[in-house]
Amino acid sequence: MPPISFEPTEAARAARDHFHRMASERMRPVSRKYDELEHELPREWVDWYWNVGRRGGPLVQGPGDGMVQVCMQAEELCWGDAGLYLRTPFAGLGGSAVAAAGTKEQKQRFLSVFQGDGPPAWGAMAITEPGAGSDSAAIETTAVLDGDEWVLNGTKIFCTGGEGAASAPGGFVVVWATVDKSAGRGGIKAFVVPAGTPGMTLVGLEKKLGIRASDTATLRFEGCRVPRANLLGSAEVRRDSPGAGDKGFKGAMATFDASRPIVAAMAVGVGRAALECLQEELAREGVTVRYDAPPVQQTALERDVLQMEAELQAARLLTWRAAAMMSRGRPNNLEASMAKAKAGLAVTKITQKAVEWLGPRGYSKQLLVEKWMRDAKINDIYEGTQQINLLIVARRILDYSSSMLR
Amino acid sequence: MIDFEPTEEQALVVATVRQFAANEIRPRARAADEAKAPAREAVAAAHALGLIANALPSRFGGGGERSAVLGALVAEELAWGDLACALAILSPALIAFPVADFGSAAQQAAWLPRHTGDAFVPGALALLEPAFGADPFRPRTQAKRDGAHYVLDGRKCMVPWLDGGDGVLVFADEGGRPQGFLVPRDADGLTAAPESYMGIQALPTVELALAGVRVPAEARLGGERGSDLARVIARGRVALAALGVGVARAAFEVARDYAKEREAFGTKIGQKQAIAFLLAQMAIEIDGARLLTWEAAWHLDQGADALREATLALDQVRRIGLEVSDGAVQVLGGHGYIREYLPELHLRNARGFASFEALALV
Repeated sequence: MPPISFEPTEAARAARDHFHRMASERMRPVSRKYDELEHELPREWVDWYWNVGRRGGPLVQGPGDGMVQVCMQAEELCWGDAGLYLRTPFAGLGGSAVAAAGTKEQKQRFLSVFQGDGPPAWGAMAITEPGAGSDSAAIETTAVLDGDEWVLNGTKIFCTGGEGAASAPGGFVVVWATVDKSAGRGGIKAFVVPAGTPGMTLVGLEKKLGIRASDTATLRFEGCRVPRANLLGSAEVRRDSPGAGDKGFKGAMATFDASRPIVAAMAVGVGRAALECLQEELAREGVTVRYDAPPVQQTALERDVLQMEAELQAARLLTWRAAAMMSRGRPNNLEASMAKAKAGLAVTKITQKAVEWLGPRGYSKQLLVEKWMRDAKINDIYEGTQQINLLIVARRILDYSSSMLR
Repeated sequence: MIDFEPTEEQALVVATVRQFAANEIRPRARAADEAKAPAREAVAAAHALGLIANALPSRFGGGGERSAVLGALVAEELAWGDLACALAILSPALIAFPVADFGSAAQQAAWLPRHTGDAFVPGALALLEPAFGADPFRPRTQAKRDGAHYVLDGRKCMVPWLDGGDGVLVFADEGGRPQGFLVPRDADGLTAAPESYMGIQALPTVELALAGVRVPAEARLGGERGSDLARVIARGRVALAALGVGVARAAFEVARDYAKEREAFGTKIGQKQAIAFLLAQMAIEIDGARLLTWEAAWHLDQGADALREATLALDQVRRIGLEVSDGAVQVLGGHGYIREYLPELHLRNARGFASFEALALV
């Protein structure tokens, strides 16, 4: 076993620097613009990333920091701009689901476009419905086998990256649907719906508090037909032990163990942006934050800044721990949810504090801090709300099943 | 490579200390607190584990394996057993580690071998002062050079004072800079008055009055070179952070186990989200604070002064340790408030971290 260490590998450090430059040079300059333009495609970023940015960058390779490096990349790019990061042409959560639950053939068929030379493509995952948010087992979108095709009917909301994934050729949406409502979770399966498939309609985009550059789509499925081979995992419905040994619902849920540390890292990136902005302002004004002031001399500002630093670093370390466990192939369901719960709440508070301490300037649109506060809040909501992640942590530490702790 | 798993050797030490804490410390914690006296058997037995000796230089009979990370791992386990007992067990380091870090050859030869022998010899460090707004980095106790001597004047508090010790490391202001002085307990002009605190009652501590205490110039820690108090404090903050994590974990585990046993309205209270979420938050904060502590310890092991990291870690522990132990009392309700259960002791101990400085070192 290697010792406890906080020293990133050479490769991870190089990657971090690479993505930091990318964030600083390519994202920050257009950050405000696409916050204000909301639904407009951020051409500068999308085209540059697709034509230049995605090539020649450091590759994530194991062994080594592996998933930690992925988290560092997410932190740097969300330090740049979380909305633009989510609008980046890549396979996204849909890609994670295909990678986690797909066959070799499916991975080849759906993921190779992201290495190809065609126009930009996006992947997305569609789970949430008007009547099913955190309770994803309650989804009502149906999938019925008709000959060699699955026929999907239903409505999906809050689909991050949904516009690009549903519209731009080459991309796809991974849609969760039930093949047997009476089987509960056991009947829930994931289907890959390629962009432009007839019967999949982009109904609209949400106007949001933050991450406005990200396309949060409502998608309607009406008699939407996909080949039988687009089902991820097995078609078998297990009633006896819902989800057990099934790559459907369980497989899709397992993608959260991989994605939650990344989302936590994204949160840390936004929180860091706001904290650094505050610290730079303090430095310009000649205000130093002392680490050796006795409590009665410590200012309220010093106290807050120290707490913000500690909270951000605690969130980052919990994130890296969950990621490092994943790299080692260890189960990280508990640690992934711990990281996500901590990071989501920590950066929500850190960014709110940064606006507070910067006063009218922090509140104004001259700076990006107010935007980061709006962007940060989503991290406490998507990929499992604070409460859902607490529920997962609680079940784990108490050793309770989902029926014992509801 | 970033990694969060102890080595096999470290894991073995942790497992040993964890078992020791469960078998020897925890069962004596309540009685020791009530008796306001340390559990001597546990302290003596812990000495046989060589936790401090192993970190001292081999030329003085030690194991030569000083590691702040290992020190933090051990401190958490001991404090999980009982904080007061952990502080007693670790007290030899209060003199031994600063002497190992800064001491002259003569000071090391004089002060280190006693801590690598068969008998437990406690240490003592006098840093804190009983005045409102006292600043540990800038002690008010004065050290004045007088020919071949230093004369010390001032007051100190929260000084661990276990039986069998013969010296105390006193930090005092010498012309605007803090320096350490190795003072015999029986020095003329030194008087020790027993103290009593809300928590850590089983650890004997004293308030020291230094009235014209004369020590030879050779008693100045590090001789002419002197010592660096900030580094002592940083090492203290890492040790305290680890101890605080241990207290918090102990409180959390009692609350978790109680929540799985106690029934109300027909279910275990752990099955209520109000309790389950509180426990989940406790678990998350404990893990976050532990990782901050390990990171600060790791920086120390890399040779950094790590004051910033150590401060952030201890600051976090000061907050979450109190929250967690308070939460544990709350989960147990009335049972958390009575002395039959441990959380009230954890809460009293956790509050102390707001005042503690350099009560233990890694």
